[in-house]
Amino acid sequence: MATGELSLERELRRPTRGHLSLAWARLVRKRIALACMAALAFVYLLGLGAPVVSYFAPYGYTEQDYTAIRKPPSASHWAGTDLKGRDVLMRVVWAVQTTVIITVVVVATGGIALGVTLGLVAGYLGRRVDSLIMRTGELFSAFPDILLIILIAATLGGRIRDMVWWIEDNTFLDGLARSGAADYLVISVALVSFGWIGMARLVRGQVLYLKESQFVDAARAAGTSTPRILFVHILPNAISPIVVTVSMSMGALVGAEIILSWLGLGVQPPKPSLGTMLLEAGSLSALREVPWMLLAPGVAAWTIVLAWNLLGDSLNDVLNPRTR
Amino acid sequence: MWVYIARRLLWLPVLLFAVSLVTFALGRFGPGDPVQVILGARYEEETADRLREQLGLNRPFFVQYGDYVWKAMRGDLGESIRFRGRAVSELLGAKIWVSFQVSIAALIVSVGLGLPLGFWVAHKQGRWEDPTTVSLSLVLMSIPIMVTIPFMLWAFCLKLSWLPCSGWGGFWDVRIIIPAITMGIPGVAGLARLMRASTLDVMGQDFIRTARAKGLSEVMVDARHVLKNSLIPVVTVISLSLPGLLSTGIITERILGIPGMGNLAIDAIFNRDYPVIMAITLIGATAFVLANLVADIVYTLIDPRIRYS
Repeated sequence: MATGELSLERELRRPTRGHLSLAWARLVRKRIALACMAALAFVYLLGLGAPVVSYFAPYGYTEQDYTAIRKPPSASHWAGTDLKGRDVLMRVVWAVQTTVIITVVVVATGGIALGVTLGLVAGYLGRRVDSLIMRTGELFSAFPDILLIILIAATLGGRIRDMVWWIEDNTFLDGLARSGAADYLVISVALVSFGWIGMARLVRGQVLYLKESQFVDAARAAGTSTPRILFVHILPNAISPIVVTVSMSMGALVGAEIILSWLGLGVQPPKPSLGTMLLEAGSLSALREVPWMLLAPGVAAWTIVLAWNLLGDSLNDVLNPRTR
Repeated sequence: MWVYIARRLLWLPVLLFAVSLVTFALGRFGPGDPVQVILGARYEEETADRLREQLGLNRPFFVQYGDYVWKAMRGDLGESIRFRGRAVSELLGAKIWVSFQVSIAALIVSVGLGLPLGFWVAHKQGRWEDPTTVSLSLVLMSIPIMVTIPFMLWAFCLKLSWLPCSGWGGFWDVRIIIPAITMGIPGVAGLARLMRASTLDVMGQDFIRTARAKGLSEVMVDARHVLKNSLIPVVTVISLSLPGLLSTGIITERILGIPGMGNLAIDAIFNRDYPVIMAITLIGATAFVLANLVADIVYTLIDPRIRYS
């Protein structure tokens, strides 16, 4: 009897594992998810570590080797060289850096900061605020998305670049324009203008459902402030679909960034990006003479998009077991 | 039902009004000058001013916008700035038809492959075919279109010489094959997964058990009861994907030199051809809203349980 009570007590005292920790345990048991996370960790570290890589590499991304123009992959140039004798692999590493920065910035600002906040506010406050936010979203989603993204990048791009030059001229931030910050800003603004809508809708739906629950009533009765209710009580309960959506939307973001650079609206040369590299490699004359140029940027783009999509799929299985 | 449709249709002009205002503002406040584009090397202050006067570009913003809306409501979308003297509607007519044909061809590919695949794989639940198909379709879906098209060109046009490399010859021409496949493949994955989920859902319903219990053969159960009911959610997605295809078509048309709306749109954006940009955005928005509405209506036709009020 006494031992039974004791073991029951021990059972109750044992720390319970949270929803996320259980999901994580299920996730690492999936081989595909592990492979995706490993691939993404590699790509993102490679992108962020591009300066380190080029410190150790024999070539820079703009360095031209006139003795090795249009050479297929070899021991000295693993992915071959392009029309100007530049090492394709080194350019891919720097292009990946662009993709890495853009995806992180856009998801952090548009998807998470803007989307989640607007969704929380719309769902919790309701009425006028809700219809204002949701109607704006409806308006944006009525546009053919790629077209508006191109339009924003093309029309506001020049303005934003001018602004960055102005900041450089009038503050101590030297080299800001040359760092490519303006290009990143242009792409981010264009993508963020669409990036928040899906997330806001999703979070709003979750909030509408959660705000009727008893723990929110209890928090309100205890005099908790609205921001605290939103961010401490409601948001953690809506985290699963948010994680899934972020992962799923990453692939689409990578694609959109490639499109913008491909059209010449994104990152400007000499800085490489996957879009400009694919543009150079995709013309008929390039395909005829230097087909290997397509391989490295193509595989890089494919890997990033695929890893995010597959990871999103696994996360969906793990976090929302009902929809399986 | 009719009230519902009417209310949805009344929302359309409001939306178009807002969409046109945003596009108009983006065009007018953005840098770049259409007059400069038209004149090019012959640019002189005096000629430029005269041209601006002629095109009405020196009037205040809201006067220009009001003028545009007033004309657009009477069906006059203005003249192209890039191609002087050609009405936008005339310019767009042929291009829309081309883009529409490409989109339909792509849709045939996605539906033709995606639905049977999803239906088939739903019957293999728990066996190796199921996860393999789902993953494989994701693998195909994830290749960016800027990679698939050059790859197909390299393989089928340069190496094998089976297909011509670019251009356009209408719906029945072989040159439609590459755009149809590259634009259709991403849709296959989505449709197959949706069809699989929907079929599984229907197969677990009581009325399927009833159908089996009254002695129908498996084939009849599949054809009469499972297939019909599992198509309901899929139809919505199919009709919703048409405007989306117009979006992916932009890039495809650009790479392959297909004289469609997407190609025109990019030219127009780069040349600051405002009237053409406006018309394309408005058409795109209308198509999207109408596709949504059609999806909802088709929903009620297939599934009498759904009622809108």
